[in-house]
Amino acid sequence: MRAHSRAAALLGPLTRLLRGVRWYLREISGTADYERYCRRHEERHPGEPVPTRRDYERHLTRHREANPQGRCC
Amino acid sequence: MSVNEARRARPTPKTILIWTAVALVGAVSWGMVALSRGEEISAIWLVAAALGSYAIAYRFYSRFIARRVLKVDDSRATPAERHDDGIDYQPTDRRVLFGHHFAAIAGAGPLVGPVLAAQMGYLPGTLWIVVGVIFAGAVQDMIVLFLSMRRDGKTLGQMARDEIGRVGGAAALIAVLAIMIILLAVLALVVVNALAASPWGTFSVAMTIPIALFMGFYMRYLRPGRVLETSLIGVVLLLFAIVGGGWVDNSSWAETFTWSPTTLVLCLVGYGFVASVLPVWMLLAPRDYLSTFMKIGTIVLLAVGVVVTAPMLKNDAVTPFASSGAGPVFAGSLFPFLFITIACGALSGFHALVSSGTTPKLIQKESQVRLIGYGAMLMESFVAVMALIAASILDPGLYYAMNAPAGLLGTTVESASQAVANLGFTISPEDLAAAARSVEEQSLIARTGGAPTLAFGMAEIFSGVFGGHAMKAFWYHFAIMFEALFILTTVDAGTRVGRFMLQDMLGNIWKPIGRVTWKPGIWITSAVIVGLWGYFLYVGATDPLGGINQLFPLFGIANQLLAAIALTVCTTLLIKSGRLRWAWVTGIPLAWDVAVTFTAGWQKIFHSNPKIGFFAQRQLYADALDDGKILAPAKSLDDMETVMLNSTVNGVTMIIFLVLVALVIGHAALICVRAVRSPQPLPTTETPYVESTIIVPAARSKVLAGASTGQADRE
Repeated sequence: MRAHSRAAALLGPLTRLLRGVRWYLREISGTADYERYCRRHEERHPGEPVPTRRDYERHLTRHREANPQGRCC
Repeated sequence: MSVNEARRARPTPKTILIWTAVALVGAVSWGMVALSRGEEISAIWLVAAALGSYAIAYRFYSRFIARRVLKVDDSRATPAERHDDGIDYQPTDRRVLFGHHFAAIAGAGPLVGPVLAAQMGYLPGTLWIVVGVIFAGAVQDMIVLFLSMRRDGKTLGQMARDEIGRVGGAAALIAVLAIMIILLAVLALVVVNALAASPWGTFSVAMTIPIALFMGFYMRYLRPGRVLETSLIGVVLLLFAIVGGGWVDNSSWAETFTWSPTTLVLCLVGYGFVASVLPVWMLLAPRDYLSTFMKIGTIVLLAVGVVVTAPMLKNDAVTPFASSGAGPVFAGSLFPFLFITIACGALSGFHALVSSGTTPKLIQKESQVRLIGYGAMLMESFVAVMALIAASILDPGLYYAMNAPAGLLGTTVESASQAVANLGFTISPEDLAAAARSVEEQSLIARTGGAPTLAFGMAEIFSGVFGGHAMKAFWYHFAIMFEALFILTTVDAGTRVGRFMLQDMLGNIWKPIGRVTWKPGIWITSAVIVGLWGYFLYVGATDPLGGINQLFPLFGIANQLLAAIALTVCTTLLIKSGRLRWAWVTGIPLAWDVAVTFTAGWQKIFHSNPKIGFFAQRQLYADALDDGKILAPAKSLDDMETVMLNSTVNGVTMIIFLVLVALVIGHAALICVRAVRSPQPLPTTETPYVESTIIVPAARSKVLAGASTGQADRE
């Protein structure tokens, strides 16, 4: 029992760290954006069908097409 | 008094102890860096001095700016909250936004500038990188971010027009576009100089195009939105491309990928045009992902490498070139030329374009401008310090053999060794040949532009941690590819941004060209932008005097002039909003920046030394031509005429920049005087107060919750 809890105590911070890294990578790369968009859509337009991921990404690309972001030197 | 204020007023003994320790570490490290003479010191001291200073500056100065000067107010809704549309505007976690903002501001500038500045020794460069970022660069980024955030994310150009007036605003817009052209040309020139006659580098960098196309199609048709997965595949392919470059280098294909500078220029210009007119999903977006991940990964790797290997600095603290101003890498004395050479790592006007526009529309709470604006710039400065370290751990003889212009060094290891000896340093022909062999390059002589030097330094550091000597060639080309990758991303994105700006401006004169959907309009404006930077790139690549030492000062001055415009807008807005007593926060860096850029610009135009003054240089060659003489390094009469034409174009460009920026500053000064004299505050375009409903856990923003005008004061 005690060995188990010690392992859990060690694993706790490690899994938290890994979960944190995964969260950060998904957020910064924009992978998580679609899920957030779906949640938003359901909140604001309940009952309406949510655009598919493909449609959402195309919409985003069209937007990026018209709003270029500079990269610095 | 609220709980927050009580917490603020009484620092605990623990925090006092911690901050005293940080201050001590910083002070001792600075002492080590500044006082050691004649003996080699470890690079760790530079790292510790920089980090200690950043910590103190962030904790105290940025907090002072946020609370006292800007009076950030977390009870006030940000544009992200008010206009939340899930795309343009959305409250974004501050750590995520920090990453986005850092990726957008960090580029090749902070890597290349310090490498060139190492000519004057590591001490002046490090001092300016650290002091400059604390009092100028990070302040500019943070305040522009704040001002734009209070105006729904308006761009720097729009803010200049709204707050300084139409003439000042128009001058600012034209200056921004003109400055961008030079920036793109010089960055592209760095790539050309790094890839010329290097089949390994050329192959690896060329492969990034099919890799990006593959990623683009994969993300569009197979796995929409799976950026992480796609980028991972891309990075693996990229590493293969570097290894593949090694095979190409040792095969019969080497010839096919050995390109001259002129060929590379044509390829880059063609590529820039195609990238600007193709849909973003195909090339631009995937390259951007690839470059962001590579950038952050490599910077982390470099930091780890420096700390683990703790290399010794072989460069002098201050070289004789600092006082003589006769260095081969860039001409001119320490003031002003060191400050325009380092550019991005300490103060970068380009950042003002990123800080106004996208980032301010995503901020969740006002107090976060401190982490995102000030913090991200500190990190950029740290990258510059590491670049300076990478250049300073090289043997000075090798450094000058790589960075002096070809005209001085000649083409053989013997002539280069002799030229380096004439400069007062030593490297034997055998050592020079061995250095080139160690990274499997044909030659390292006159590989100017900073990228190859940095790559060599990085290869030394990386191979000390991973793979040893056998991996050095791999790491060298890894570093070259990584720099080329994100310079090309900047060039793509910059061309596109420039095209939109031009369409916007020309649209006022002739409507159809302003339409972003009209194909001929897109082609024409793209061609104009690409043609403009392509011209300067071609000039740089073919200049008999060695283009980078001619154009880099123009680049540095341009970037710092952009910063002058940004700081002018900041100072004007502080004064207009009744904060005259705090105007020094941006006013002092502005005064310094104006002194630096206008002195440098003046010298570039009027200096009688032909190595510094463009027109003196023109005169020297014109006189020789009249006498029918050919002046080295020119080899023919055509070369002589090229030098004369280039000097004239560079000189005239310099004049145009200075006039435009003087116009902006002059108009702003008038507005400031009017604001100070006016009994009521002049109207500004700040959006009215709306109460925020977003609650951020106390721990995250406790320091600034309700600062000054905010919640705490009203309680």
